[in-house]
Amino acid sequence: MKAKRMITNAACYVLLTILSIIWVLPILFVILTSFREEGGSYKTYIWPKGFTLNNYKELIMGVNSKISGGTNIDFTRWFFNTLVIAIFSTLLSAFFVLCVSYVMSRLRFKMRKNFMNIAMILGMFPGFMSMIAVYYILKGLGLLETGALKQLSLILVYSGGAGLGFYMAKGFFDTISRSIDEAAYIDGATKWDTFIKITIPLSKPIITYTLLTSFMGPWVDYIFAKVIMGNDTKYYTIAIGLWTMLEKEYVDYYYTQFYAGCVLISIPIALVFLLSQRCYVEGVAGAVKG
Amino acid sequence: MGLFKKKTSLKYDKPRDESISQVFKKGDTMTRLSFFVFGLGNIVNKQVVRGVIFLALEILYFVYMIIFGIGALGDFITLGTVEQGQVYNEALGIYEYSLGDNSMLCLLYGVITLVLTAGIIFLACMSGKSAYCTQVRRAKGQHIPTFRDDIRSLFEENLHAFLLALPIIGILVFTIVPLVFMILIAFTSYDHEHQPPGTLFSWVGLANFKSLIASSSSLATTFWPVLGWTLIWAVSATVSCYILGLLLALLINRKGTRAKGFWRFMFVLSVAVPQFVTLLTMRTIFNANGPVNVLLREFGFIGATDSIPFFTDPLLAKITIICINIWIGVPFTMLSTTGILQNIPADLYEAAKIDGASAPVIFRKITLPYMLFVMTPNLITSFTGNINNFNVIFLLSGGGPDSLEYYYAGKTDLLVTWLYKLTITQKDYNLGAVIGILVFIILATLSLLTYHRTGAYKDEGAFQ
Repeated sequence: MKAKRMITNAACYVLLTILSIIWVLPILFVILTSFREEGGSYKTYIWPKGFTLNNYKELIMGVNSKISGGTNIDFTRWFFNTLVIAIFSTLLSAFFVLCVSYVMSRLRFKMRKNFMNIAMILGMFPGFMSMIAVYYILKGLGLLETGALKQLSLILVYSGGAGLGFYMAKGFFDTISRSIDEAAYIDGATKWDTFIKITIPLSKPIITYTLLTSFMGPWVDYIFAKVIMGNDTKYYTIAIGLWTMLEKEYVDYYYTQFYAGCVLISIPIALVFLLSQRCYVEGVAGAVKG
Repeated sequence: MGLFKKKTSLKYDKPRDESISQVFKKGDTMTRLSFFVFGLGNIVNKQVVRGVIFLALEILYFVYMIIFGIGALGDFITLGTVEQGQVYNEALGIYEYSLGDNSMLCLLYGVITLVLTAGIIFLACMSGKSAYCTQVRRAKGQHIPTFRDDIRSLFEENLHAFLLALPIIGILVFTIVPLVFMILIAFTSYDHEHQPPGTLFSWVGLANFKSLIASSSSLATTFWPVLGWTLIWAVSATVSCYILGLLLALLINRKGTRAKGFWRFMFVLSVAVPQFVTLLTMRTIFNANGPVNVLLREFGFIGATDSIPFFTDPLLAKITIICINIWIGVPFTMLSTTGILQNIPADLYEAAKIDGASAPVIFRKITLPYMLFVMTPNLITSFTGNINNFNVIFLLSGGGPDSLEYYYAGKTDLLVTWLYKLTITQKDYNLGAVIGILVFIILATLSLLTYHRTGAYKDEGAFQ
C-alpha cells in the first residue's frame, strides 16, 4: 500500500514537473531573448551566444538611429502615455462602477430590474462592433484633432461604458449587512452619508480590485488604441507600440528589444495582477457579516 | 428601517407611482398642460427653480430641433439626396467637387436626434408627474418641497438618480448610441462601393441578411463555414480549458502533493504576463523559423530546412490555436476552481472511498457534477467570451491562412475577426453590422436558455 502511494506520488510529481516546464519555457524564452547579444530576428538556435543589457538600454534611451524615417520607437514615451491614460481611466471607471453597483445593490427604485437586464443584453454585443461608430462620434465631437485630444478620447472610451461592469462589486456590496446601514439611518445619516462613510470604507478589497482591473485594461488593449491613434506614433500606448516593433520592416532590428519591452511591461502588470488576485479572493469571500 | 421607509413613501412616492394615463385623468388643467409646457404646474405652485429648469430644457430642445433637428430627421429618412458631384470651374479650368450629402453623418445625426427626442418625451412624463405630485400635495395641504428640498432629496430618496446620472450618460454615449447606429447600418447599403462623402448609401431593408445567410454568393459560402468554426472553437476552447484546468487544480490540491504554493506559482506566472505579450510570443515561437521548428530540426524529427506549417496549414492552424489557448486558459481555470474544490464537502469523498470507488470514478461522479453545478454561470460567460475571443485569433494567426473561396476571411477567422476585417480593411460596414447582430442573437438565445435558470440570477437577494 505504501509502495503504491509512493509510486502515485512520484508519477504526480513527474507530471507536474513536465507541465511546469511547458508552462515556464515560453516565459524563459522571452527573458533569454531579451538579453540576447546578437541582433536579428529568428535564429537557428535557442540558447543565445552572448548576453547583454544593451537591449534594455537602447529601448529605454530610445536609440533608433539604425532605421531612417518610418516609425519612431520611443518606448519611454509610450510607457508614460499608457500610464497617464491608465491612471485617469482607472479613476473614472472605478467611480462609475462603484456608483452603479451601490445603487443596484442597496437602493430600490422602479427601473432597477430593467437597468440590470439592459446591462446584461448590452454585454452580449461584440465590444468593437460599435467601435466604428464610437470613432465617428469622437470625430464629430472634435476629439480626434490633436494627439492630446486623442488621448482624452481614449480615456473616455476605456471608462465610458464601465458602469455596465458592476456585477462583481454589486455582489460584494450585497454581502455587507444591511443592519449596518439601518443603524446609520437611525443615527440620522442620509443614504449618501451611508454610501460615503460606511459602505466605501468597508469595501477596500473590492475597490482595490476594481482599480487594479481597470488599470490593467489600457496596458493590454490593442484594437481600440490602434483605431483611435491611427499613425500618430508619438501618442501610442505600449500595446500598439510593441506590436509595431514586430512589423516586417522593423522586426530584424527590434526583435530582441521587443522582448526586452515585453519583460519591462510584464513585471509591473504581473505585480498588479497578483495583487488583484488577492483582493479578488477577499472580495469574493465577502465583507463583514452583520 | 421600517419606520423611516413608511414615512417617506407616504409623503413622496405614492403619487409618483401612478401611471401616465392616470396622471392625465386625475390631474387638473395645469397638470395636463405641464405635459406640453414643461414645469408649468411647478411654477404656478411656487416651485420656480424646478419649473424653470424643466422649461429651459424644453426650450433648448425646440431650438435644437428648429435649427438642426428637423432637417436631421428628414435626412435620416432619405440618408441624403444630393450626391457629391463634379462642377467644371471655367475660371480655373479644372473640375471641382461640389459638396454633397454625407449619408454616414445623416444617419449619425438622425440617431442623436432620435435619442434626444426620446429624452424629451421622458422629460415630458417627468414634468407631468412632478406637477401632479405638487397638485396632490397642495390638495392635501402638505408641505410643497422647495428647490432646496429637491437638492436634499438627491442625497436621500433620489440618491439613485444622482449616482446613476454620470455612468448612464457614459453608457449612452459610448455604448448605446454607437450600438443603435451600427444596428441601423445593417439595414443600409454602406459597403465599399458606397463610401461617403463620395457616394450616398441608402436603406435596403433585409437585403444584407439575405445575401449573408441565404444566397449562393461567396458571402454565404463564407458565413456558414466561419460560423461553424466559431462554434467548434468556442466549445472546444471552453471545454478543454475547463476540464484540463480542473484536473490540474486537482493534481496540485491532492493530499500527497507538497509545496502546493510553488506549483501554483509556476502556472500563475503565465497568467500574470499580459495576454498580448504571450500571444505575440507564441506567434514567434510557432513561426516557420521559430524555436519549436528549430528544436524539431535539431532533434532530427524534420529535415534541416523543413518546417511544420503551424499557422499556414488550415487544419493544423486550428489545432495549434486550440492548443495555445489551452496553454493560456488552463492556469485561469486552475485559479478559479481551487477555491471551489476546497469547498466540496469532505464526507462525500470519504463515503465514496469506503464504498471502494476509484479516483476516476470519484472525479466523474462527485467532483465534476459538483463543479459543473457551481460553475455553470462561469462556463456560459467563458463560452460567450470565446465566441467573441478576438485577441487570440487576431494576434496568433490573424485569421490566416487566407482562403480564395472565402470573402475576405481566412480559415481560422471567427465571426468577430471577420467582422473586424470586413469593417476595418474591407469597409463593408453593413456586412460587419449584420454579423454583429447575428453574434448577438446567438449569444442572447444561449444566455436566455441557460442563465435565467440558474439560482444566482433568480434569488440574487438571497444573502441580504
